[in-house]
Amino acid sequence: MPFTPPAVDDIVASLAERFGEIKPAVYRGQTRIELRPADAPDALRLLKQLGFDLLVDITCVDYLDYKGAKHRYGLVYLLANTATNQRLTVRAYLDDPDPSIRSVVPLWEGANWLEREVWDLFGIRFEGHPDLRRLVMPEEFTAHPLRKDYPLQGRGERHNFPVLTRNDG
Amino acid sequence: MAVNDSPKLELPENVFVSKLDELASWCRKNSLWPMPFATACCGIELMATGASKHDLARFGAEVFRFSPRQCDLMIVAGRVVMKMLPVLQRIWQQMHEPKWCISMGACASTGGVFDTYAVVQGIDRFIPVDMYVPGCPPRPEQLIQAIIDLQDKIQREGTITGREFDTAGRQARKRALVEITSPLSIDASRNPVLQRELAAAAAFPRT
Repeated sequence: MPFTPPAVDDIVASLAERFGEIKPAVYRGQTRIELRPADAPDALRLLKQLGFDLLVDITCVDYLDYKGAKHRYGLVYLLANTATNQRLTVRAYLDDPDPSIRSVVPLWEGANWLEREVWDLFGIRFEGHPDLRRLVMPEEFTAHPLRKDYPLQGRGERHNFPVLTRNDG
Repeated sequence: MAVNDSPKLELPENVFVSKLDELASWCRKNSLWPMPFATACCGIELMATGASKHDLARFGAEVFRFSPRQCDLMIVAGRVVMKMLPVLQRIWQQMHEPKWCISMGACASTGGVFDTYAVVQGIDRFIPVDMYVPGCPPRPEQLIQAIIDLQDKIQREGTITGREFDTAGRQARKRALVEITSPLSIDASRNPVLQRELAAAAAFPRT
């Protein structure tokens, strides 16, 4: 029997009161809502006040050339309520040029590295982030490699090093 | 009696005559101190090789040291990503001559299945390599075979010629010190690999 988290209908209703109509999508008992990027940080603050105390993950999807997609980037926040075991997925869609959104580090300290990772790999800017540096790629790297318009084998970065020979020792 | 005057030199028991060069090579090949540059599953096999069942001590190469200054054999076990390569090169440069390198496994030798932007497609593009061990990961027996072959190479190619502390040009004459990769610079015009990758990247559709 797969785990099905408790319903979050009342939470979605109280969000809709403040941020307008929200159509939740439910898949196997797990609820997903979409928010406008401008509303998302305020909505996340409200959700934290409503008991979603744990930010499980922040990640991103690049919908370039994706069938039926209206926006380029889908930013995904996974929330959990550790008291009631409720779960909620929040999405905000962003577009080129300059995909950016307000940081949620003031709400969850743990968002710091999550946002740095999304910045590193997708190039989403998080305004108000205290230290928005690359997390996994080297500092001197210039591209955002998980974007779909970045070639899998890179642009020569992996072989841009000096060659050591026997006589260099 | 002087040695030169004797038509037949009688050696006492347990005394052998050899060349100093061969003696030094014999000492070196039987006391390789590996630098374990283990970054992936090959590292597990490397540990198994050093552990009691396969017992690398039989070949005098069990003394793994984590300081490059104490090592003379670098075993690169696992994939090397572009962020790690400068570290690898620095450790290689910090090892004292004479030094050797074993590229262990498919990833260290060619990049293996990781043909992506982050993974270096073979460490021999950037540091000299003496032995390649195939396998994904290789079994300890294969690594031991590479060490045996490297020992043969060390014995065959000699060490002391009086030139070891001499100029780089004279070192180049020794076979053990022949360059494996031709010198390339960061300049793409002299780096065919980089040129190919740049061309492939340019042909990639952009939005």
